[in-house]
Amino acid sequence: MSDFARTEVPVARRVPRVLTYRTASILSLLFPFTGIPALLASLKASRMQRAGRIEDARHDGERARDWCWYSLGYGLLVYFLVFLVILFTIRDFTVSKTFFKVEGALSSAKAWKSLLKGFWINIQVFLWAEGIVLVWALLVAILRLLPGKACKPIRFVAAAYIDLFRSIPAILVLYIIVFGLQTARLPILEDFSVNQYCILALVLVYGAYVSEVYRAGIESIHWSQVAAARSLGLSYGQTMQYVVVPQAVRRVIPPLLNDFIGLQKDTALISAVGTLELLARARFLNNSAATLTGYAMAAILFIVITIPMTRATERLIKSDQKKMRVG
Amino acid sequence: MTFLEMEDVHKTYGQNAVLRGVDLVVDKHQVVCLIGASGCGKSTLLRCVNALEEIDAGVIRMDGDRVSGRGIDLNDLRTDVGIVFQSFNLFPHMSVLKNITLGPRKVLKISQADAVDRAMVLLESVGLGEKAHEYPDRLSGGQQQRVAIVRALAMGPRLLLLDEITSALDPELVSEVLNIVRSLAADGMTMVLATHEMGFAKEVSSKVCFLHQGVVHEEGPPEQIFGDPTQERTQAFLRKIVEAGRL
Repeated sequence: MSDFARTEVPVARRVPRVLTYRTASILSLLFPFTGIPALLASLKASRMQRAGRIEDARHDGERARDWCWYSLGYGLLVYFLVFLVILFTIRDFTVSKTFFKVEGALSSAKAWKSLLKGFWINIQVFLWAEGIVLVWALLVAILRLLPGKACKPIRFVAAAYIDLFRSIPAILVLYIIVFGLQTARLPILEDFSVNQYCILALVLVYGAYVSEVYRAGIESIHWSQVAAARSLGLSYGQTMQYVVVPQAVRRVIPPLLNDFIGLQKDTALISAVGTLELLARARFLNNSAATLTGYAMAAILFIVITIPMTRATERLIKSDQKKMRVG
Repeated sequence: MTFLEMEDVHKTYGQNAVLRGVDLVVDKHQVVCLIGASGCGKSTLLRCVNALEEIDAGVIRMDGDRVSGRGIDLNDLRTDVGIVFQSFNLFPHMSVLKNITLGPRKVLKISQADAVDRAMVLLESVGLGEKAHEYPDRLSGGQQQRVAIVRALAMGPRLLLLDEITSALDPELVSEVLNIVRSLAADGMTMVLATHEMGFAKEVSSKVCFLHQGVVHEEGPPEQIFGDPTQERTQAFLRKIVEAGRL
């Protein structure tokens, strides 16, 4: 055998990193609640090491290290909370009064009712937009990935659409679609309501993003899956339909959710074209009550709808995976 | 009677010429084993037969018909030629039964009920009847590979290609897969298999082909190839196999 295999480090004599633990535990004193046990443990580790009781020194050193990590984790949280309390109380509660003043025009149930009425528009717009984006983006992604020389123009058009609508700011697309199409008076499109124009604009913008998500998912499916499907005699289209896309969609649900949350929030943009949705109504309330509480209330509404959706999707993914995988 | 015939088949990936003029004849009901070092072109050869790879030159004929080159309905060809892969390649989002019935239902247009009946018969024959509704990831490697064989058989192929189907298996799972191949051979299924299981190749094959540098370097009945190879390369290859304790 080589020398390499013969070289030995006697395990029992390895020195614990007592000094590191000591330094870390002194820093931990910034959060004394866990800092003190950390320091005590590290001091004991040093004593044990001096006494030659390496095993005990290691044990106490490890305890000191654990306490130090607790100091970091919980200490940071506590100091952050302290910061928040200070922020909301300094200058005689200015911040609190600005964002959470529930009196005057805002104290009434009417205010909430008005906001909810606006929010219902946001909800309708994003539900429609999300439903359409789900299908439209998949179609774009599939066109973008069509094989063969003959389909080059289709690939090009799909890629151009994606590039274009990812580069233009969403609010600009909104202006162009809403005001542009209203004036252009095109057949069919001229009968759209403003909200429908808004849905169209959001679909165009988010369709470009989401189709790239789909594309990444489709490309992530290993070629051996395609080989297996084609070897059974399935056509390219059948292979996509039954083998590739179902796996790709499962894989991209988390980033898809990400984009949909983005879409939900961007429904606030449509206040810019005069729709009386949540943000616009919040602005009115603020003006009449001279605070920013309306914005805080609007923010709460968005949070209230987004978090349950996120959890529900996560649960859906879990149950699907549980079906297919061991453990 | 000749069933599969390859004539001067070439296949190049970029600069890398993998097949450099392969000639191979497989008779009906024959089992032909391809042996040779990694990278000698065994897998590529099999993938060319069912057109997962397009060949650059040469001709492939099946049952007298040319099946390579332009104007061939590849999907049609592939229903005739089944292939089983080293890494199983089952569809992870479908149950075992769905994996098996997908081809028959969508390609052969067999009704759902008939496809399921047939799949169940085949599954029972490989001892996996009770696994029909499991998902592939819940099965052992050996079970997955048996399902993959059944999936290929469900299409009713006239030729079965097996691409190192036991190479990814734990040693104790190899036999359950090889037993199926044995019984297929006994039933007269025409098969071409790339394999590193020399003992099995010796036992089951009607002909052994040693591939080296993209050509069939030596071929003959198994007793001759394993017992008395004439070519120096073949001897060197088999010597290494013996040294590794694999023969």
